[in-house]
Amino acid sequence: MVNGERPSLCDQRLKNQALNCPRNDCGMTAPRSASASPSSADWSAASSQDATASPASKTNVANHDPVLEEIRPPLPPRPTTLSLLNDETAARNVGLQAEATTAVSHAEIETLAPEPSGSTYSTLAVRNLSDGLKAKASLSHLASARGSETADSASIRSSIQNSDPGDVEVLFKDFAPTVPADHMDTKSLLHYPECAADDIGDVEFAEEFEPVGELDETAANEDLLLQRWKSKRKHFLIISAAGKPIWTRHGDGGLISTYVGVVQTIISFYEDSNDHLRSFTAGDTKFVILTRGPLYLVAISRMLENDNQLRLQLEALYMQILSTLTLPSLTHLFSVRPSTDLKRPLQGSETLLSSLADSFTRGSPSTLLSALETLKLRKVHRQAINNALLKTKSKNLLYGLVVAGGRLVSVVRPKKHSLHPGDLQLIFNMIFEADGIKAGGGESWVPVCLPGFNSSGYLYMYVSFIKLNADTDDHEDIVKDESVAVVLISPAKESFYEMQGMRDSLVEVSSQTENIFEVRELTLIAFLKQMEKNGSMQVVAASIDQGRPATTDIVPGTVLHHFMYKSRANVQFTMSEYSPEFTTTARKRRLMSAYNNIHSSIHAKNSQIKVHYCVSKSASTFAWVTPIFELYCVAEPNANRKALVQGASRIAQWAQREEERLFIIGGAVF
Amino acid sequence: MSDTAGGNAPKPSSSVKLVLLGEAAVGKSSLVLRFVNNDFQENKEPTIGAAFLTQKCTLPTRTIKFEIWDTAGQERFASLAPMYYRNAQAALVVYDVTKPSSLTKAKHWVAELQRQASPGIVIALVGNKLDLTNDGGESAGGSRSPPLEHGSGEDEDGEEEEANDVGGGELPDSGDARKVSTREASSYAEEEGLLFFETSAKLGTNVVDVFTAIANAIPESSLKTGRGTAGAGQTSLGNRSAEDARVNLGERNAATAKEGCAC
Repeated sequence: MVNGERPSLCDQRLKNQALNCPRNDCGMTAPRSASASPSSADWSAASSQDATASPASKTNVANHDPVLEEIRPPLPPRPTTLSLLNDETAARNVGLQAEATTAVSHAEIETLAPEPSGSTYSTLAVRNLSDGLKAKASLSHLASARGSETADSASIRSSIQNSDPGDVEVLFKDFAPTVPADHMDTKSLLHYPECAADDIGDVEFAEEFEPVGELDETAANEDLLLQRWKSKRKHFLIISAAGKPIWTRHGDGGLISTYVGVVQTIISFYEDSNDHLRSFTAGDTKFVILTRGPLYLVAISRMLENDNQLRLQLEALYMQILSTLTLPSLTHLFSVRPSTDLKRPLQGSETLLSSLADSFTRGSPSTLLSALETLKLRKVHRQAINNALLKTKSKNLLYGLVVAGGRLVSVVRPKKHSLHPGDLQLIFNMIFEADGIKAGGGESWVPVCLPGFNSSGYLYMYVSFIKLNADTDDHEDIVKDESVAVVLISPAKESFYEMQGMRDSLVEVSSQTENIFEVRELTLIAFLKQMEKNGSMQVVAASIDQGRPATTDIVPGTVLHHFMYKSRANVQFTMSEYSPEFTTTARKRRLMSAYNNIHSSIHAKNSQIKVHYCVSKSASTFAWVTPIFELYCVAEPNANRKALVQGASRIAQWAQREEERLFIIGGAVF
Repeated sequence: MSDTAGGNAPKPSSSVKLVLLGEAAVGKSSLVLRFVNNDFQENKEPTIGAAFLTQKCTLPTRTIKFEIWDTAGQERFASLAPMYYRNAQAALVVYDVTKPSSLTKAKHWVAELQRQASPGIVIALVGNKLDLTNDGGESAGGSRSPPLEHGSGEDEDGEEEEANDVGGGELPDSGDARKVSTREASSYAEEEGLLFFETSAKLGTNVVDVFTAIANAIPESSLKTGRGTAGAGQTSLGNRSAEDARVNLGERNAATAKEGCAC
């Protein structure tokens, strides 16, 4: 298997293409080394913030445990599991390294407006996974005695937030012993510093998504509403550089205008002195600011996420705005009138921003890993679907996708164009998370700008849902998971009937060759009939029914409760099912927090770590990064470390063995 | 020739392309949803782009298959509207009886249709959200309360708020949120030669009637001579695209050439 030759979904060509866009001039000339230097930026911002942020957090820390503040725990010794890397599969794929690093990561788009006043951070800086995330991640505070980034430092310090075991919400349903079961193995672990964990409660987290409510006429309920607003763990604000609120996830402009004003003042104070504020921390609350042209995007989080992770989320929100308006139009609006109220042009897309924001609050594996999840299918079945797509492809088709509940089934694309994970995330959000398209019940024709592909113009997207079978169970994902969408993207504004006609032509073909095909639904598209003929739809349905595999299906009796495996070359990932442990949103969020935590540790700046093992009160997590893949696993806190590592190793072997089923390799290319 | 509904339909059947236009959040999608699925959703999320649905309407002498384009009402989608009303035989221009500005917008749409759409197009003016008014209450011009201050951001959840108003807001006495009198709208419709209805998508009032009236109003001749099939619809929108400057996918930076502005 020669992996190096394989075309990936996303490749270097995007960048070549980007070169042709004048708007990228700034982006391209701004030093690429920005990806390596943001730490200094972080520092300048952080240091200017110290005056305000640091004391607050210090007192906070001190309250928890004064001893910890004085005696820093030693760094964890390198795990001895490095021998894992000698795994022969890893060795034989080493040649793939170059490809993996050129894979387009979620954040790599050059869609960004030139920042004012020659900022050095005008590129996205996260150049690729291998140096981007590592370079920008969060262990930088290690070098300093300042402990202002509580959440960031979590992974290498004793847990501060959870110093009181009483209020620890466990990650697992039946978390019992605080005393490790296996003394032999875990004794040494006691010397390891403990990871932090999020302590999100079920009830509290359910309230996170509730609307704050409306001010009544006399504003008598203002205090109550503000209290509710403040109790949210996570906020997103988008304001214009002129200070106009554009969108907020919680609370309307009137209610929180004073807070918006404060945020705007803080940001512009630094902007004025040409010192871009990137983030600051107050107590356990982290503020991350992203400046994009005329927009300030702000994330405020009291959850376990680092700056980088939040910044990726803000990028995605910015991409959603571009997707609605396009970059030239956004720039034009503000160049004509800097005080433009962007609310009006964005009208109707607020729900898209909100559903995107909520998916981040719930925890989005796709955003964390900057990769797409794919539906597992047998190779021949995927090939059959690919062939059907190719056979029915119409003239104006740019991309064709079959998506099953947010998981990619198949792709058809021109040889010269790749798909961008960030774009697909926007599409999936629009189709599966927000109701605007799905609730309509018909076929949709949607103008959409895919900023990763090209931020300067619209493409047109044909969307049609197919109901496979409506057996539902109480799994909360099921509504999303059962729906299969066919998405056909064309650059031609008026090609709706052409896209729709992919059905008609094939119906004709199929009816000639094989007589009776009952149209199950009007929305069935041509190649789906083809697929029905060759059984592909049943296969997809069966695969959806099966859901994701459980860890115990792959490795019987394993201690692992959940894993995520990312194929770096393909920019895709697969993971195990959430049930039974992580079915509620709060549990899922705690799982994602654990992943956030270990992800930020292993991708920390300057860390050449290949494996990382970390135990918190609620879980033990394990990350393993090679040039070929990234594997993250979660087990119970008292899990035997050897068993955990063995399980991880078996999963890695499984994933590599099943690679062609788990991932879309190349896709259908024309 | 224009028979699309399959051979088993006894009556002659023809397709009619119908487009819905109107300000955001007046209830266009809800009208369609009521007509097609006989369903209603509170707080429906805004339509993105446009949705395409079909529904048959049976008349005594023939069957009409509506091909419905339900367009999004937001300003930024306005530039796409010609694509949907071109070659349409019917249009539903919808306003919200509780929101005077939406009638103004509706008048703009009517004018645009009269100017740009096919000459024989059948236009129906529809005042929706009748459920928020005292049904049939002709609260003539004089009794109309001055328009409320509507913030621009309010459009999306307008419906919900108006509903609250009925309960205990500004109009506790009558429970009537009507801001556009029937007489005003109907006299305008008469002047312009439009069909006129007031509907409630929520309650289903008059919804089917609108579509039936349109079906009846479409001249037999236009069904015979006009494009009858979905296939014809395809050409009506499809052949146009040939004239447009099109992106050549074969080229590397193909898609960079697309129009950049939404507005």
